[in-house]
Amino acid sequence: MNTIQHHLSDALLMGYAAGTLPEAFSLVVATHVSLCDECRARLGAYDALGGAVMERSDHADLADDCLAATLALITQGDRTPTAKPHQGGIFPTPLQDYVGGDLDAVKWRRIGGGVSQSLLKTAGGATVRLLRIPGGTAVPDHGHRGSELTLVLQGAFRDEISRFGTGDIEVANEDLNHQPIAEAGPDCICLAATDAPLRFNALLPRLAQRFFGI
Amino acid sequence: MIAIRDGRDQRAFAALFGHFAPRIKGFLMRSGAAPDLAEECAQEVMATLWHKAHLFDPTKASAATWIFSIARNRLIDRIRKQRRPEPQDLPWGPEGEPDQADALALAQDTEKLAQALATLPDKQRLLIERAYFGDLSHSEIAAETGLPLGTIKSRIRLALDRLRHAMN
Repeated sequence: MNTIQHHLSDALLMGYAAGTLPEAFSLVVATHVSLCDECRARLGAYDALGGAVMERSDHADLADDCLAATLALITQGDRTPTAKPHQGGIFPTPLQDYVGGDLDAVKWRRIGGGVSQSLLKTAGGATVRLLRIPGGTAVPDHGHRGSELTLVLQGAFRDEISRFGTGDIEVANEDLNHQPIAEAGPDCICLAATDAPLRFNALLPRLAQRFFGI
Repeated sequence: MIAIRDGRDQRAFAALFGHFAPRIKGFLMRSGAAPDLAEECAQEVMATLWHKAHLFDPTKASAATWIFSIARNRLIDRIRKQRRPEPQDLPWGPEGEPDQADALALAQDTEKLAQALATLPDKQRLLIERAYFGDLSHSEIAAETGLPLGTIKSRIRLALDRLRHAMN
């Protein structure tokens, strides 16, 4: 898709290639890369760097029967899963795997102000959710204690930084206070991951936060 | 790798095993795996390589890159106990035969990258390696090396810039 304006940072691509990101962030990275040829190519370079690091790493001694044990393992057949084909719809495959389907399979829960969310189950500390923001609606003004990744899957939003359309990703850190507003038109659907709770600047969203675990 | 993919050549597999299995095990141990588990995972990685050899495409990744990605995914699954979301496969285009020239260019780039990594200043290379071993987060590296986080980030950025420069 050549309309993507906002891409992943080097730190995120390198962390994803190294496999050191929390699962929630990896899901957002994998979903963006599915939509963005430029980031896919950059990721290829970070995978190659990982290959070069592994080539240089110290050799560990193997048990004498290591090759024989591997050949025995091979005769048991392939037990690793094969990638599922895309089911159609707006979600790329990695996201469909977590949702269990496309947009119509999402179980939404209202969190106030017309906004709905659906938490996806991941391990490793950070959390990831789908957000549905009706056209023209604002998400409450908030800051961040950690990092927040927001990937647009449908529609577009605008904040103090820029406009983010379908496929764009916004990488926000502690320095950013922003109030995203969905553009008029169809619902804005985003995939958002955070590694620390958001910091809302008004009292009501702060109260809601306790109930909804944003 | 091609002999394994197209010829199911067991002798080629044994040669590749001799080269990569000790490195995979070493990499997994540096990444925090106990020796027994690292050995078991290295066997699983090499078995996966045999079974998935038909997916190997030398115009997209070198053998080292491909094996690294299998080892990394095994590490996330077995040692970090997380799922690994993978990007959607690219749709099959109207490409004909895999292009020999593309495969050669990629092999040359991979070689150049290895050389560039080898000639980085020690301090920069060490930080890149530790980022991949994942044994320490940025802030833990900061505590251990006594460098402030900003310095570490800029040193990694500098290392990446040098690698990019070497590749151009």
